[in-house]
Amino acid sequence: MSLQVAISHCFGGFQLDIAFEAPPGLTVLFGRSGSGKTTIVNAVAGLLRPDAGRIALGDQVLFDSARRVWQPPHRRHLGYIFQDARLFPHLTVRQNLLYGRWFAPRDSRPDEIDRVIETLGIAPLLSRRPGALSGGERQRVAIGRALLAKPRLILADEPLAALDEARKSEILPYFERLRDETRVPILYVSHAPAEVARLATSVVALQDGRVSRHGSATDVLGDPSVTPLGAGAAGAVIEASILRHHEDGLTELEAAGGLRLLIPSVPRAPGTPLRIHIEAQDVMLATQRPEQISALNVLPCRIRALRMGNGPGALVQLDACGNLLLARVTQRSVSALGLRDGQEVFAVLKAVSVAKGAIAGGPQPG
Amino acid sequence: MSLLGPDEWQAVALSLRVALWATLAGLPPGILVAYALARWEFPGKQVLNGLVHLPLILPPVVTGYLLLLTFGTRGPIGAALKEIGIVFAFHWTGAALAAGIMAFPLLVRAIRLSIEAVDPKLEQAGATLGASRLWVFATVTLPLTLPGILAGAILAFAKAMGEFGATITFVSNIPGQTQTLPSAIYAFLQVPGGEASALRLVAVSVAIAMAALILSEVLSRRIAKRVSGA
Repeated sequence: MSLQVAISHCFGGFQLDIAFEAPPGLTVLFGRSGSGKTTIVNAVAGLLRPDAGRIALGDQVLFDSARRVWQPPHRRHLGYIFQDARLFPHLTVRQNLLYGRWFAPRDSRPDEIDRVIETLGIAPLLSRRPGALSGGERQRVAIGRALLAKPRLILADEPLAALDEARKSEILPYFERLRDETRVPILYVSHAPAEVARLATSVVALQDGRVSRHGSATDVLGDPSVTPLGAGAAGAVIEASILRHHEDGLTELEAAGGLRLLIPSVPRAPGTPLRIHIEAQDVMLATQRPEQISALNVLPCRIRALRMGNGPGALVQLDACGNLLLARVTQRSVSALGLRDGQEVFAVLKAVSVAKGAIAGGPQPG
Repeated sequence: MSLLGPDEWQAVALSLRVALWATLAGLPPGILVAYALARWEFPGKQVLNGLVHLPLILPPVVTGYLLLLTFGTRGPIGAALKEIGIVFAFHWTGAALAAGIMAFPLLVRAIRLSIEAVDPKLEQAGATLGASRLWVFATVTLPLTLPGILAGAILAFAKAMGEFGATITFVSNIPGQTQTLPSAIYAFLQVPGGEASALRLVAVSVAIAMAALILSEVLSRRIAKRVSGA
């Protein structure tokens, strides 16, 4: 079952005009604030009625302006995880969790409740009220509440934006499991490339109310034209798997085309698929293979595209044995090295610059 | 009762009955009107708002006389109701109606403020979880509005206990039938030697008002604690 969205909507001088399809798995709506992400999610949820278009989930038409179809939100079988959790303050955590279930079609599997509670680690909170929970706890309960409504579609609107880094890394694994374990499409709004890199099965990049790019995380994040989010944010994703562990605490990865990478130790078995997010600012370029250098990863690449920024910076898209990489260098370096499209260069990457937070389990095949 | 004479006790009991019914019967329409004013946009919203608040601004005697004109035995509504055996004129139910109408603005105001304070985002969350509008109202809006409903009800009860002008104009001052606390105090003050009775009733009035206030404070604190989840 997949979600098809094609809507246009005009509000406050802003024109939204988008169409995309979200297959099962996790689709990230990616773009800076004001690009229309939340509007799309609210239209899919039925909290906002677009001017025109069609939204369908499998064979269930949720909205069709041509045929005057409009399903109110409570008939859409959703699980909506809001940025601000929106737990009911007058109900206990348990009552919050069971709220959606009460309205869902009955096919009772009581073990489901226990499984969700255990997965999210919220058993000790069940008798408390939301006012007594921390931000991370609230968000976990909100995830559980959405899951237990037996949704046919899960929506998440920047569910981690209100949390600090520690809480984020506490919640992220739950979304990874959700992506890998449920069969329903997940529409996930984010403007954080690191989140996209870890979670996305596919990415819909939005810019000024339009879809600027739609594809896999590797393709979209590796495209220099889809990095509108300023310095530091840009970075490419490489899908790899663990080749072996070295005794000095490094893990060697193998990516497509036999590309080898050394990164700080990842405690998982050889063969495990991994996804690593390499920020453009961590990649250096050299026109000749550097010798006597401390950086452990020196990757032969070909320049695929060069994009000059408005400031002194430039973004270089590289092809390393079929893997896309991004490097942020200065325009002065571009002219000093005479960089141009199609040129063979070496990308230099320190092993330690691949932070733990940027490494994630890859999506399960299928 | 040793403290109160039979006439005085009668007035107190009648007042409690009148105020209780005025409050209870006013709650359902009060919640509906408050919700409509807080959440709906419809033509004539300002007219409805004005009508609800009219008894607060009009002299109570005018409200009482208007009630007499409409709900009196010869009034358009009063005559129709008489056919099916419901009589307001010069009957304790009339006193309850007058008190209810006079208390209605206070009731609606408190509930409306409280509904407006409920975050519509929570109602949206309820809808995305499968609750229809009516269920969202019953399971989210109403429970979160409970402190306001309680405050409004206590205010309305106090107002109904003290209502004098509209009541005496509409249903007169018949002992045992329509003579509530304030009209009894007024009547005792009109006869020689009635001051002692009047004073005892004044004391009862003060006691009831204080009890109502303390009860509302305790209850709303308990509810607020539940709602905020502390």
